[in-house]
Amino acid sequence: MESYLIAILTIAGIYAVLALALNLQFGMTGLINFGVVGFYGLGAYTSALVTELLGLPFAAGLAAAIAVGAVAGAAASGLSLRLSGDFLAIVTLGFAETVRLVLNNEDWLTRGPRGFIISTRPVPDTLGRDGASLFYLGLVLVLALVAFLVLERLRRSPYGRTLRAIREDDLVPATLGKNVFAYRLQAFVIGSVLMAAAGSIYAHYVQTITPDNFTTPIAILIWMSLVVGGAGNNVGAVVGALAVTAIYEGSRFLMPFIPWLNAEQMSALRFIIIGIALIAVIRFRPEGLLPEPVNLPPSRTAQSSTSQQQYQVTGGTAS
Amino acid sequence: MTALPLRIEASGLTKRFGGIAVVDAVSFQAHAGEIVGLIGPNGAGKTTLFNLLSRVLRSDAGTLLINGIDATRRAPHELATLGLVRTFQLARELDRLTVLENVLLAARDNRGERLFDALCRPAATRKSEHAMIQQAREALSIVSLAPHEAKPAAALSGGQKKLLELARCLMSGADIILLDEIAAGVAPHLVEEIVDLVARLNREHGKTFVVIEHNVGVISRLCSRVVVMAQGSVIAEGSFETISRDANVIASYLGQAA
Repeated sequence: MESYLIAILTIAGIYAVLALALNLQFGMTGLINFGVVGFYGLGAYTSALVTELLGLPFAAGLAAAIAVGAVAGAAASGLSLRLSGDFLAIVTLGFAETVRLVLNNEDWLTRGPRGFIISTRPVPDTLGRDGASLFYLGLVLVLALVAFLVLERLRRSPYGRTLRAIREDDLVPATLGKNVFAYRLQAFVIGSVLMAAAGSIYAHYVQTITPDNFTTPIAILIWMSLVVGGAGNNVGAVVGALAVTAIYEGSRFLMPFIPWLNAEQMSALRFIIIGIALIAVIRFRPEGLLPEPVNLPPSRTAQSSTSQQQYQVTGGTAS
Repeated sequence: MTALPLRIEASGLTKRFGGIAVVDAVSFQAHAGEIVGLIGPNGAGKTTLFNLLSRVLRSDAGTLLINGIDATRRAPHELATLGLVRTFQLARELDRLTVLENVLLAARDNRGERLFDALCRPAATRKSEHAMIQQAREALSIVSLAPHEAKPAAALSGGQKKLLELARCLMSGADIILLDEIAAGVAPHLVEEIVDLVARLNREHGKTFVVIEHNVGVISRLCSRVVVMAQGSVIAEGSFETISRDANVIASYLGQAA
């Protein structure tokens, strides 16, 4: 049970990184990325290939995943960002599908659907099985913490304000002198890099990856995490990822209570439960569990002491 | 007036949608310190001309100089750097940002807007942000929106949203401001306030304005020179008294007498 909990937390941590990355792209900048799994899978396979085929250590695999994630993010967004939002959504969806097909069919490189086995692990051999699991959980939490701190600093900065302005109405920041294309490109690339890094850590954690690990249902889980948690709110993205993982994994334990369902129906039921939870949130709390924080102006008298007070608006203020 | 430098110098600007020239070889100048009115019936091409001057639309032909610098092929965001900003016919406030944030967005050279500084130089970012907050508050008090700074912009009234756009223009530090129907749909007492404000910004801060407006009172009170457009072309130009007696102008508004 304990090792199961650690495993769930590790996966939840990886999903939290993906949700944080998506929050930068969609929650803050308004960029629709339906291809989360494309960048995630690319990072996983890049890391796997670099460590297994070239015999390099995990750190090199992670670095390579980050580099490939950055290039892929720049390519996918650079080609479509000048077009309006919907085109980026289609391009990213196509990108993820292309990645999946290449992984499935380039058998000589990826071993296709049979799966790619990864023996390189960043864990000291002396730790043993339980120690290794804890070590991985720690590694994932470090990545999640770094991602959270970086993105939270960006969100509170004038940089984050410009991103939110672009999300609201890109013509306004453009006519006020902001290079909207450069901002969007940067936000998209940072997000893609985080997704690829998450993929790298995931690959060395599970040690066998197949293209099936990186299909659209995972991207949907990440989108749900963000929408349920609260788009625009980094804490919300993490809470959403935890909640969705908890519902998804926790629904396993329903199995003994509904014995007349077979395993396949059970796995469908788990998605149904998540779907219902999503609909309920959108119906009753469309801004998510934790809405985007409002950056209140510092008070006039004590401007130097308080940098940014924050409070949360409940209910929609947008007209 | 002729001795003053040209802020806007457009010649032969043309924009076609399909086969129709919505703006057809229009030449347009604004001198430093002028308030130029731009009037004409609906569909005359006034807003399209604004879109060409602010490079929100690419022109099909013609040249554009802003403060003497060739802007014919610049991206829209470069125009603010050259000194030209604009408002929109329907106010485009950023609803979910606070009023103060809406104005802060217009700051020029705010260090914290650069990725590297925002991430790696928090102290410098805070310092420049504090200076910007002071400036933004000044801009807000000029347009009498200071008490509303903490509200989301969505909570402002229609007229206040137009004032907010004006505050953003002030914050940008640009010396050329294009106002697209800033008095349209605004409560009468607020129209007075806006007119006084534009006149004062022109007189005291030396801002150059180009004003699209259907409210003849606003045009006659503000503008030293009025340009009249109809069907994509400039049909008359001169003082308000001159153009209001011009037969072409009257015909374009009222239709050709039989």
